Amino acid sequence: MPADAAARRAWDIAATVTDPEIPVLTIEDLGVLRSVEIADDGAVRVALTPTYSGCPALDAMRDDVLLALTHAGYDDVTVDLVLAPAWTTDWMSEAGTEKLRRYGIQAPTGRAAARDAGPVRLQLAVKCPRCDSLHTRELARFGSTSCKALYECLDCLEPFDYFKVL
Amino acid sequence: MSTVPETHADDLHDVHGDVTVDQVELAEELAGAGLTGTGQTASPDAAAYAMRLGDDALVLAQQLGLWITRAPELEEDVALGNIGLDLIGHARSLLHYAGSATDRSEDDLAYWRDEPEWRNAWLFEQPNGDFAHTIARQLVASCYLLELYRDLTASTDPTLAAIAAKSAKEVDYHRDHAVQWTLRLAGGTDESRRRMITAVADTWPYVDELFEDDDLVERLAADGVAVLPSSLRDRFDAAIDEVFAEAALERPVGRTAFTASGGGRRGRHTEHLGPLLAEMQVLARQHPGASW
Repeated sequence: MPADAAARRAWDIAATVTDPEIPVLTIEDLGVLRSVEIADDGAVRVALTPTYSGCPALDAMRDDVLLALTHAGYDDVTVDLVLAPAWTTDWMSEAGTEKLRRYGIQAPTGRAAARDAGPVRLQLAVKCPRCDSLHTRELARFGSTSCKALYECLDCLEPFDYFKVL
Repeated sequence: MSTVPETHADDLHDVHGDVTVDQVELAEELAGAGLTGTGQTASPDAAAYAMRLGDDALVLAQQLGLWITRAPELEEDVALGNIGLDLIGHARSLLHYAGSATDRSEDDLAYWRDEPEWRNAWLFEQPNGDFAHTIARQLVASCYLLELYRDLTASTDPTLAAIAAKSAKEVDYHRDHAVQWTLRLAGGTDESRRRMITAVADTWPYVDELFEDDDLVERLAADGVAVLPSSLRDRFDAAIDEVFAEAALERPVGRTAFTASGGGRRGRHTEHLGPLLAEMQVLARQHPGASW
């Protein structure tokens, strides 16, 4: 988040943009909004990072940031898409994970840093976002989008999405 | 589509008319593709290398897309579709970078290159076959790509390093998916096991090409830009052996590569690439310059 007030104002406007596929999450919650800078001549430069390489939501988020800032009166706005450093679910905010859970999607369990190379692959139990049961089962590792796996709860019997650690 | 050039009967002598791909319009339309990682322009060698990697990803993505509505179960339609989508993302970044050397857009490279101009390895253009063949191809592809991208993360070329770091995390999930299905098919019914064994045998002649070095990669590897394919072989074999041990499969031996006079990296392809490109490129070529 930028330190100077002018850039902070632009950041707050860009940060209102939500993920078109998960509308409860803003791009700030997701960690997709990386930086907002304002040059001396008033030009705004926003940097976004893609979640998954092929995610079609990115183009929509990029256009929405452009629109939000243009509507707020900034007339020279550039949105850059940056690949490095690569996005990770570790950048998702606390508020974001809570909103996600209330929306019915379980937030990533554990940190991406634990996914280093090596033979041991431990999947922690995924909690049901509705009844908090740990008695759940994976139905499909690739769910409705690349970022989600499909689970079912064996206690309340509801299916739910799990946002995978990346 | 918002702008489709009108075609008149007397234009038919040249189906493309005098309309060429509108670079400006495409660039505008696909501004989202401008993954500016570093805003760097590729050197001719780095561009050629990025094109190889991009072609591998794009051809495999096209193959996986063909499974949608045809996979054994609904979840597999979704999984293979999503894996294909990740690969299209990798291909977009890589071809965008490759095109920066010659001022061509990623769409231009995807839709307006003919068969001999493609640089993908033969493995990626092999047909889907039955589900076991697709899984065997995915297992080989993702084990290879994971090792490649992990090493390429240390490339001295910042754009390639950034694309690799992003891609490696996703390919890790693709590999996991292929491993799960390999175990399931090999340990399933007699029929699924028989098919998995056949698929592995049919896939293996295409493995060696992935690990062939040539002048381009040797030049680039000397500068730390590219990963020498041969340097990945031992780790690839070890990863495969680990999966095969668990699945009670054997790595086929004595099956030599038949790329001596051919090889996708040199633009010589098997009979499968042509029809695949025809299907992938038909819309863009029928409506040059159209935007969606």
